[in-house]
Amino acid sequence: MENAKHHIVPYRTYLFILIALLLCTFISIAITNIELGELTVTGALVLASVKSFLVLTYFMHLKYDRPYIRIMVAFVFLLFIAVIVITFFDYLFR
Amino acid sequence: MSQVIHHEDHYDAEGSKIGMWLFIFTELLLFGGLFLIYSVYRYKNPDAFHLAAQELDTTIGAINTVILLISSMTIAMSTTALQKGQKKITLLLMVTTVVLGIVFLVNKYFEWGLKFEHGIFPGSEHMKTTLSQGEILFFGLYFVMTGLHALHILIGLVLILVAYYRITNGTVHANRPSLLENAGLYWHLVDLIWIFLFPLFYLIH
Repeated sequence: MENAKHHIVPYRTYLFILIALLLCTFISIAITNIELGELTVTGALVLASVKSFLVLTYFMHLKYDRPYIRIMVAFVFLLFIAVIVITFFDYLFR
Repeated sequence: MSQVIHHEDHYDAEGSKIGMWLFIFTELLLFGGLFLIYSVYRYKNPDAFHLAAQELDTTIGAINTVILLISSMTIAMSTTALQKGQKKITLLLMVTTVVLGIVFLVNKYFEWGLKFEHGIFPGSEHMKTTLSQGEILFFGLYFVMTGLHALHILIGLVLILVAYYRITNGTVHANRPSLLENAGLYWHLVDLIWIFLFPLFYLIH
């Protein structure tokens, strides 16, 4: 088993990521106050995705882990998206 | 003379991490299934969802979001502290995380309490007689998803407390950090779920 000391993430990195997350949160609250209709949902989901990317990559350490974990995570998200898309193929054409 | 059996230490950090990730995948798909239901019912009842969502307090939702985000940072920082051998700071950060988690649950308690007072709870007569089908679906999803999420917060807190205990008694430390790291992973999952719950329930306008 490898004895590699894994990379220690500095406290500061986590603080910066928190600030980015808080920013995204406030932006998503702000844009819902603007009437954008359909786009509001998309905007909120896009920002939520950015936030999850930050949590996954930094807080959950994916950036510093071996790539196969990132691949597995991506696969699960793609699987989920595929299921939603296929479900909607049904509902959109009823 | 007593016989003592010595076991070889089978500590496998990478294996434990993979184990927790695999479990996290099942949790993602569990909530994913609920998000799927939400997306179909929202697609079919856009106005009802819009209307029902106005009953929710965006401010409490936002405060809870901020609380969880900060708690994710503190538990992440605790892994850094552990690796640096800063035991006191590790424990302090973990306690902070737990306190934040409890505050979240207390907020939820009051939020739900307010709903119950207004006659909004699963199966209530008030809902059945005054709300449209779409609105009833919204609240059904709201209670189930935030309820299941709250249960996961509880589990996450227990995990962190177990790690806390193991750090104080010396079995978890810089050379054997897995329990803390994996408890942290689980906590981040809880945060991830909320990151999607918040806009989909509280930010519909």
